[in-house]
Amino acid sequence: MTKSILIDTTVCTACRGCQVACKQWHDLPAEATQNVGSFQNPQDLTFTTYKLVRMEEEMIQGRLEWLFFPDQCRHCEEAPCLETAYDEQAIYRDPATGAILYTQATRSLDAEEIAGSCPYNIPRKAADGTISKCDFCNDRIHNGLQPACVTACPTGAMTFGDREEILSFASKRLAKVKQKFPKAMLLDPDEVNVIYLVAFDPALYSEYAVASSNRKGITRAVALRKMMGPLSKVVRV
Amino acid sequence: MTNHWIDIKNSDCILIMGSNAAENHPISFKYVTQAMEKGAKLISVDPRYTRTSSKADIYTALRSGSDTAFLGGMIKYILDNNLYNKEYTAAYTNAPFIVGKAYGFEDGLFSGYKKNEDGPNLGSYDKSKWAFEMDANGVPKMDRSLNHERSVFQLMKKHYERYDLDTVSTVTGTPKEDLIKVFKTYTATGATGKAGTIMYAMGWTQHTVGTQIIRAMAMIQLLLGNMGVAGGGVNALRGESNVQGSTDHCLLWHIWPGYLKTPRSSNTSLDAYNGKWTPKTNDPLSANWWGNYPKYSVSMLKSFFGDTANKDNQFGYNWLPKVDDGLGYSWFDLFDSMYKGDIKGFFAWGQNPACSGSNATKIRKAMENLDWMVNVNIFDNETGSFWKGPDTDSSKIRTEVFMLPAAVSVEKEGSITNSGRWMQWRYQGPKPMGNSRPDGDIIMELGHHIKEEYKHGGVFADPIVNLKWDYMTDHVYDPHKVAKEINGYFTRDVTVKGKLCKKGTLVPSFAWLQADGSTSSGNWLYCNSYTEKGNMSARKSKKDAPNKIGLYPEFAWCWPVNRRIIYNRASVDPKGQPWDNENWVIKFEGDVQDGKYVSKKWVGDVPDGGWYPLENPDGSKRDDAKHPFIMRKHGHAQIFGPGRADGPFPEHYEPLECPIEKNYFSSQMVNPTAVVYSTKADAHATCDPRFPFVGTTYRVTEHWQTGLMTRPQEWLMELQPNVFVEMSEELAKLRGIKNGERVKVSSARASLECTAVVTKRFKPFQIGYATVHQVGIPWHYGWRWPSTGTEESANLLTPPAGDPNTRIPETKAFMVNVTKL
Repeated sequence: MTKSILIDTTVCTACRGCQVACKQWHDLPAEATQNVGSFQNPQDLTFTTYKLVRMEEEMIQGRLEWLFFPDQCRHCEEAPCLETAYDEQAIYRDPATGAILYTQATRSLDAEEIAGSCPYNIPRKAADGTISKCDFCNDRIHNGLQPACVTACPTGAMTFGDREEILSFASKRLAKVKQKFPKAMLLDPDEVNVIYLVAFDPALYSEYAVASSNRKGITRAVALRKMMGPLSKVVRV
Repeated sequence: MTNHWIDIKNSDCILIMGSNAAENHPISFKYVTQAMEKGAKLISVDPRYTRTSSKADIYTALRSGSDTAFLGGMIKYILDNNLYNKEYTAAYTNAPFIVGKAYGFEDGLFSGYKKNEDGPNLGSYDKSKWAFEMDANGVPKMDRSLNHERSVFQLMKKHYERYDLDTVSTVTGTPKEDLIKVFKTYTATGATGKAGTIMYAMGWTQHTVGTQIIRAMAMIQLLLGNMGVAGGGVNALRGESNVQGSTDHCLLWHIWPGYLKTPRSSNTSLDAYNGKWTPKTNDPLSANWWGNYPKYSVSMLKSFFGDTANKDNQFGYNWLPKVDDGLGYSWFDLFDSMYKGDIKGFFAWGQNPACSGSNATKIRKAMENLDWMVNVNIFDNETGSFWKGPDTDSSKIRTEVFMLPAAVSVEKEGSITNSGRWMQWRYQGPKPMGNSRPDGDIIMELGHHIKEEYKHGGVFADPIVNLKWDYMTDHVYDPHKVAKEINGYFTRDVTVKGKLCKKGTLVPSFAWLQADGSTSSGNWLYCNSYTEKGNMSARKSKKDAPNKIGLYPEFAWCWPVNRRIIYNRASVDPKGQPWDNENWVIKFEGDVQDGKYVSKKWVGDVPDGGWYPLENPDGSKRDDAKHPFIMRKHGHAQIFGPGRADGPFPEHYEPLECPIEKNYFSSQMVNPTAVVYSTKADAHATCDPRFPFVGTTYRVTEHWQTGLMTRPQEWLMELQPNVFVEMSEELAKLRGIKNGERVKVSSARASLECTAVVTKRFKPFQIGYATVHQVGIPWHYGWRWPSTGTEESANLLTPPAGDPNTRIPETKAFMVNVTKL
């Protein structure tokens, strides 16, 4: 049974415990940042920042809302990055958990192409061309732990579990949240394993909150390879 | 907290005002969220829209320093609309008490006021003018119908007549319709069975009127019947994990452990001291628990001086220092003395005054007068390195600074007491790094050396020589020995309550403490925490109490006597049955015969005293019962508070530095008893065009206190790298400031370079005819880290004035200017 996370942004307080927990578990270095006029920092995901709480101030129906969006890889059911890479040494899916995992071999991939294939604009490359992103804390999951970000959350905004359970929990949760926020929705629940619940138009939270129509996802060539089926799924040498 | 963290989940309406719980007490939001899931309403009132506000059902802003006006408006709304809980107010509060004819209030002043030309208090009151009228037996006269014209209830009604919506809106800048929305939603918890809670912190305390803001809220909670009940209470969110514990154990100058009084020089003997501070009542229905005062003071002296303390030497009373009547020895006063050159030596223990104290420029200057300083901390800080700080000429400073590296919390064993009064035992994890040592070790060894020195003589050596100092096991500080000392021992074989208690055994609870020297207790309030049954604070059971409201009575230990919700006798009606049958705290289940209770049995939380309820099931009064507010002399909660320095009813006064030239409620601009310091380093400027904007300070989630533990932590610096000033888009436009650029913020005392955060979350206030802008700055920074030295403390800006009851500084409302660099 693969795993999923529900991120209910309606109870997220942007304490950013998840953002730090991610750095701590993965032992990622801090970035030298500057305050550029908002609490959000770093300004974007980077090769060493897999998780970032995005913060937006929006006037919605005459009321100020401060929208928080703990952005990270969605671990797609059918991941365009994986299809694009077409190289299981570099990008592969752990069938046990559903995690989409990047290795050091991503260095040999075309980083722009991989990043461009992601409908959520997640992968980031290092100076040497290696690509990284959230790894679902796959090592923790295999050792019976929850992802570090989920453990850190004080309000219970993040729930981790078997995909079926999370899907059913998510729809129950949506029904409840809708009583207060009629426009609440789940973001791409059928396509991804990190499912967001938002109260308002997802575009207000982040340009890439939902699979972006501007980003084509997989290219024509990739689609063709995919159509050819498993026969063609060979490992590139 | 009268209640505790988990209990927030039982609330029907949570008011977060004077705190920013989502950011500064993030874990509390677990329980706020749980309450909201069950339908509770969340109200956020804050000058600035915060991460707390982002989760609130209702958000509205008020100008910093106008909280009493806001709450006074709520009191008037409750009274005008008959929303108070009549049975509770009449039975459990002093609303029915008749106040003497000498009480009066006119144009911002209560009767008995006298100006003080010498300072630092601007003035003081003769509080005897506010006394209650007594009957022939010496019990306050009462009118339970609340109609007597001099009843507290009627006087309160009169006092708050002036707090109408228009005036309150003018003063606070809160739109009238928002006031009504907040008042209506919160006061709905006055209904029987409903509970509202307040979560407040330094946003309320750090004002020249701080104590009275909290008093105003306590009055609201009493009127609505919200004290003592689950999901109610008045809840102070403490700013450090162990602030509650350190306060209980007498961190502050005016109290001894367990909130006993620091003796005054006029308390010339133990009898005089006990006589002065032990309240007396003639009401047989008042428990007057403080009547036990001598038992606690003598047991404490026995704990300090052991076998040497006996009746003949007044248990060592004369060995303890006395404070001079009328003088203050608070943080402000100590640094004022240091600045004037009177204090020559200084232990800065686990703190960073160079960044944490209001008007930090004066503090930094004051430290230059020291001969020596001992800085006990986990890292070097702006305090220990003050001699090489900005604008400091180290060649002119003669202070010798010693740095003693302390172990961090996880490297040592001991207890902490959280906001909910839970004493929780912590075990040692890793061993201390390098040559750092636990604070207990450092204090123990220091004590041994000092005692050794005094063996060779010294001025007034008795207190040092006679001090009991035996808390080592195998030459190492033993926290268990200290915890047991705090709980207390029987010092000889003695029979108490018909039971023989052996010398050297631990006292079971403070009900067993004696005033004859047969018991010791370092802090009576903690007596019951470490008994012959073991270390109660180390318990870990997850079993809930029968009422299933999250008390978890066998997890850790809570003062007093493991009572999780204090004043819980007010959670039941006079017959002992809960107002709220769903989330009940305690209930009386004694046997009934012919409509009368014939046996005693309380279930649920540990009740505030195990006496019978005030009434039998048939409604007849009992004469063996006690009123529920057992810590008050007269057994009733105080809507009228005649003990406060600044008046029995909260009254709105403007902050020492304010943006408007008029107090809309009276001609008295500032609290007439406020504490204001007056050296040349104590400049202040009110209604001064040079400083046109209201300033306030606060914290962010990502940093801790002065940032000593978080600024060297790179992951946290990544999140909040710079000291910033938040301002409205309107103000930024006015000053031509772009979002993210560096700007200068200045007050009458200093200036500070900050990064501008221009945001919709701040809005200008309309105060009368004036548009008032407000800005806010976090105070976590200091020049020592980051290494650029450009990120300085916001406390350089904050004012030299404080509350007359607590002398806490007014860092939450002062005046600044903001300009482009």
